[in-house]
Amino acid sequence: MSRSFFRTETILALTIVVMSIYIGIVNPVFFTVGNLFDLLRSSIVMGIFAMGVLLVIISGGIDVSFTAVAVFAQYATVRLMTIFMPEAPLWIVFLVAGIIGLGLGMINAFFISRFKLPTLIVTLGTLSMFHGFLLFAIGNKIIRDIPPSMPEFARTSLIEVAMTVGVSRLHPAVLITVAVAILTWLLLDFTMLGRGIYALGGSREAAERAGFNIPRIQYFIYGTVGFLAGIGGIIYASLNRQANPQELVGSELNVIAAVVLGGASLTGGRGTVIGSLLGVALVVIMNNSLVLIGVPSTWQRVVVGAIILIGTGLPAIQARRKAQHAAGLSQTQ
Amino acid sequence: MADEIIRLSNINKAFAGVKALQDVTLTIERGKIHCLVGENGCGKSTLIKIMAGVYQRDSGSVVINGKEFERLHPIDAIREGIQVIYQDFSLFPNLTVAENIALNEQLADGKRLVNWGNVRQVAEEALAQIEVRLPLNARVEEMSVASKQLIAISKALRQNAQLIIMDEPTSALTEREVRALFGVIHKLQARGIAFLFVSHKLNEVLEISQTIMVMRNGSNVSVGDRSEYDHKRLVFEMTGHTIGEKAYDFTPDTSRPPLLRVEKLNASGALEDINFDLYAGEIVGVTGLLGSGRTELALALFGMLPIQSGRLTMGGKPVQIRTIQDAIANGIGYVPEDRITEGLFLEQSIGRNVVVRTIDRLRGALGLTDVQEVNAQINEWVSALRIKTSDPALPVKTLSGGNQQRVVLAKWLASNPRVMILNGPTMGVDIGSKNELHEMIKDLAGKGMGLLVISDDIPELLQICNRILLMRRGRIVEEITPEQTDENQLAAKLIED
Repeated sequence: MSRSFFRTETILALTIVVMSIYIGIVNPVFFTVGNLFDLLRSSIVMGIFAMGVLLVIISGGIDVSFTAVAVFAQYATVRLMTIFMPEAPLWIVFLVAGIIGLGLGMINAFFISRFKLPTLIVTLGTLSMFHGFLLFAIGNKIIRDIPPSMPEFARTSLIEVAMTVGVSRLHPAVLITVAVAILTWLLLDFTMLGRGIYALGGSREAAERAGFNIPRIQYFIYGTVGFLAGIGGIIYASLNRQANPQELVGSELNVIAAVVLGGASLTGGRGTVIGSLLGVALVVIMNNSLVLIGVPSTWQRVVVGAIILIGTGLPAIQARRKAQHAAGLSQTQ
Repeated sequence: MADEIIRLSNINKAFAGVKALQDVTLTIERGKIHCLVGENGCGKSTLIKIMAGVYQRDSGSVVINGKEFERLHPIDAIREGIQVIYQDFSLFPNLTVAENIALNEQLADGKRLVNWGNVRQVAEEALAQIEVRLPLNARVEEMSVASKQLIAISKALRQNAQLIIMDEPTSALTEREVRALFGVIHKLQARGIAFLFVSHKLNEVLEISQTIMVMRNGSNVSVGDRSEYDHKRLVFEMTGHTIGEKAYDFTPDTSRPPLLRVEKLNASGALEDINFDLYAGEIVGVTGLLGSGRTELALALFGMLPIQSGRLTMGGKPVQIRTIQDAIANGIGYVPEDRITEGLFLEQSIGRNVVVRTIDRLRGALGLTDVQEVNAQINEWVSALRIKTSDPALPVKTLSGGNQQRVVLAKWLASNPRVMILNGPTMGVDIGSKNELHEMIKDLAGKGMGLLVISDDIPELLQICNRILLMRRGRIVEEITPEQTDENQLAAKLIED
């Protein structure tokens, strides 16, 4: 839509292309179908989380609790299923996890909208609460005996390509990520609710005066984040064929960083689906492929951190320059 | 009467027992431009909010378009065509011009989906109504204040505005932008839309209004036709007493070297060949339009804008000013135009703001500050500058605009500068405080300080300056003394290109 957005995304896409070419030259394995499918598989859950995070960030908030929500919904659902319905079909598993996630998201929304508390404080609190409650009251051991519909789902493939050694598969869950991304895009760009999210992030006061129902928008946002977290959690457990209550929590900043790299502003009001997806792609490529070019795994975190700092720092500096320029002009008025 | 849009009778409103409005009566007719003037805190904003349905009156009656409203809700006011354009415009900086114009309407229509073609069309129509062209796809944050105002007006028009209430609409506009705004107002007036124009700027009030209402301490002290008022009477009604201002008549002692001599100063793209002297005791005005370089000149002298070439001499000695620290070390002080973001720590106490510049000098043994000495300084400045506060420990944001400006002044004066640069020293300050600030500026000059006053408030320049430098496109094009000119002539020169 606008030039500045377009530019963030173009730069990001170019960075990905240049990085891919470099990695591919150093290690041609990068350009194999197998590696591409692996990268896509690694992006499935992060991509879903990123869509939820994008909504929150555009609205001017931040949610760090979604990983706890994801692991809570995932683990609680698996436990419920193993006790009450071991043969549960996949859609029931997804539905239950989605509902649990939605419920937890609503708890966030309640504190944020009712008491007008800072979103970071609320979700930092609920991150600990949800995770602590899960480990204390629901269970802290890895469950490997998950409902069979989940590992079955893990074995399915959308595309199979025969390689010199074995077969490379693309998992159909990428379609879920694609669907979530398309729905998020339609929501943000073509519904009044979506425009309300942008409006809220741009100026809360003006949004109120215009007649947007701010609490309703907030319940929608944090509820959706919770729901998506639940779905992502189940996909994660399915692909790993186990429910581990210690996983996912701790990766929330990676997802937030990907969304911010994709041009979403932490001050709210801006961010796009396509940018966030590119951000996810960049982070996933860095996490998965630096090892291909011989960067020791301990250094990966440093490199990822540096790219996040540069990628989010440059637009911030640019924005400030622009603001100073504008201020310089208005001073002469 | 059929052509009345709104009639307020005997409105009373108190907040926690304090009377904000007392028996205020106001009638606005269709297609008329009505001005509301008064000092800060006189009840203007409260009255506007009652008309918009944001506040509920305690007693009195409100009749809009012939209908009496027992209780007026914001939505009623909007339905009756009353639109308030607040000083912050209520726009979304992150959204495009088109969407800002069309959004409220789409929301009010209960739309769930966005039809972008329709958004564009609505915005085009709205801008066409006021015969203005703006880039529809640009973000509002990229637009100038004047454009934002036009966007806000277009938005109001789309909601069938019959009365547009504008709160201090010209306080951040340049002379030319004010002309353009007045043009738009007259166009809309011809179509039967009424305006309530709230302003501090008396010249503008006298120019645009057909009827005037003056408020003081929550009451309307005077209502009448424009022809009954002149500048003097307005000041009298607003303040309750006559304020006489004498022009600053001063001839500098040129036998001594000037406090500041600027020779062949160039800053790329902003300033070209700037030459002037500032002698002790002088108040030199700098004026010009947007982009004329008047603020850039201040920034260059204060080390905030890099200088490409040129010579600066202070008291006969050449000096180099590359950073703000250089400027301060050479005794130059700068009070920026935007005191809120650049001049003050709003959340901090009045006292701390006053001493922040000189805190290094107040350090005693062990590098710790002497609390008693600090407090003595604070009290001295608070009383010297007559800052109206019950306690200097209160945050600066609790003060009115005029008093905040005094705190900024105090902060600089505490460090004893030789040259003070004041950018828009009385912007957004009410008339009573304005006069006091003027007196203060003259006092400082009388004590031997050299002052550079950047302003486009023409009466102000004529009253307090002994010389005025007119800037255009980064150059000083003319030096004027107040005796040689008058308001109209100077205003004409200002907008001339």
